[in-house]
Amino acid sequence: MKTVQTPDLLFTGKRIWLVGLIVSFVAAVLLTGCESMDTVAQIGTAVGVATGTIDQSQAESIQKSAKAVSRSFQDFTPEQEYYIGRTVGAIIVNKYKPYQNTAANRYINLLGQALARASDLPETFGGYHFLILDSDEINAFAASGGFIFITRGLLRCCRNEDAAAAVLAHEIGHVQSKHGLQAIKKSRITTALTTLAVEGTKTFSGQELAELVNTFEGSITDITATLINNGYSREFEQQADLAAVTILQRTDYDPNGLVEMLKIMQDRLRPGGLDFARTHPSPVSRMVDIQKLIGPYRTVSKPDTRQQRFSHYLGDI
Amino acid sequence: MNRCKTAWVVAVVFFLAASIAAADNLMSIQIKKGQLRTTPSFLGKIVAELSYAERVAVLEQKDSWIKVRASAINAEGWLHASALTSKTIVLKPGAADVAQSAGSDELALAGKGFSKQVEGEFKTRNPQLDYTAINQMEQMVVSQEQIEQFLKDGRLSPKGGIK
Repeated sequence: MKTVQTPDLLFTGKRIWLVGLIVSFVAAVLLTGCESMDTVAQIGTAVGVATGTIDQSQAESIQKSAKAVSRSFQDFTPEQEYYIGRTVGAIIVNKYKPYQNTAANRYINLLGQALARASDLPETFGGYHFLILDSDEINAFAASGGFIFITRGLLRCCRNEDAAAAVLAHEIGHVQSKHGLQAIKKSRITTALTTLAVEGTKTFSGQELAELVNTFEGSITDITATLINNGYSREFEQQADLAAVTILQRTDYDPNGLVEMLKIMQDRLRPGGLDFARTHPSPVSRMVDIQKLIGPYRTVSKPDTRQQRFSHYLGDI
Repeated sequence: MNRCKTAWVVAVVFFLAASIAAADNLMSIQIKKGQLRTTPSFLGKIVAELSYAERVAVLEQKDSWIKVRASAINAEGWLHASALTSKTIVLKPGAADVAQSAGSDELALAGKGFSKQVEGEFKTRNPQLDYTAINQMEQMVVSQEQIEQFLKDGRLSPKGGIK
C-alpha cells in the first residue's frame, strides 16, 4: 500500500538557527577583512543571474538539464492531473452517457466521498466526483484527479451498500496510486515536462502551444486506450483491490462486500465482452487474492437503515 | 568604503540564506481550495478556507495531518498532507521561475503544462467533445455535515484515515 510521504518538518526550526549561526560567523570574519570579497561577489552574481531574464540559448540549456533529470508521472502537479482527468472523463461520458437520476447520483457521491476521505489521497486538486453511466455493460473507470464513473450494469452486481462501496473504493484505489498517469507513455511525459521548461519562458502561443496540445492529446489517448480497451496490468488491479479493502475497513464497511459483488459479476460476465471481461483479471482470481487478505468469506451484515437506503436509491438500477 | 560594501552584501546573503532555511518550514496549498480544520480529522470543524498556492507555516505534524498557520488570514488549523506540497507554487510564473523550476524540485508553476489553456485549445480541435456532464459532475458537492449524517444513518463508525 502506497502511503502519503510527508517531509520531516519538525527539525527545520533547528536548521534556521544553524544557518543563522554560520552566516553570523561568516559576517564577523568579513567585517574584519575583505579577503573573501570575491566569493561573496560570485554568490551575488549567481543571485543576479537567477533573477534576470533568460534568452533562447539559455532556455535550450534548461531543456537539456530538464531532460537529464529523470522525469516521471510523479512530476505532474495535481493541477495538471486534474486537467488530464477532466478530458479523459469527458471522453468516457461522451461514449457512455450519464444516467439521468439525480437522487441515485447524489447517493453515489455521498458514499464515494465518504470513502475517498479514508484513502491515502483524500485531497485532489478538484476533489472526488462520481457519476453513474447509463450502460448495461459491467464497467467502471477512474480518471486522474478523482473523476469516477460506474455503469448501471456494474451496480446491478451489488446487492448491498457494502458491495457498492467496494466498487467505488477500488476505483479510488486507482486514483490514489495514479494508475491513469502511469498509462501515459514515458516518452510523452518527457516531452510534456521538457516542453514546459522551455515554453514556460513566454506566453504559450502558436507552434509551442500546438506542440503541447499534441502531447496532451497523445497522453489522453494513452489513458483512454488503457481504461477502455486494454485494461491495467494484473499488478495494478491487485493494488486497487488492496486499497479498496483498506478504505472499506477504515470506513467501517465489510470488505466481504467486494467478494459478494465479484461472485455476482462472475456469473454475469460474458466471455469476449468488451467490459470487465476484457479489462480486468477474472473475478475468481480477484476473490482468491482478496481472501488472502481478509480471510474466508462470511456474509455481509446489513443494518436496516443502510439496506433501506441502498434499495431506495439503487434497488431499481 | 569596501568594508561597508562587504557588510551590505553579507546582509543580503544572510537574508537569502535565512529565507531558504525558513522556506523549509513553509508549505503551499496544492489543491483548488484547502480547508483548515480544528482537529487532525475530516470530522474536524472547518475554520477557514485557503486558496491554491497560498503559503502556510508548518507548526506540527501528526500522522498524515499537518497543523499550519496561515498568516494572511491569521488562522491556524489542520490539513491532510495530500493538500500540501513543500514546493512554492508560482501563480504567474516568469522566466526566472521557469529557469529555477527546470533544475530543482522546489518550484511548481501554476497554469503551465497541461492547463486550462491547453484544455481550451484541445476543445477547439475537438468541438464534438462535450464537457457539460463533467462540469455538472464537478458541481455535485456534498457537505461535511451531509457526509457525517450519511455515516451515522448507515451505522458506520470510521476509523484510521478518516478520523
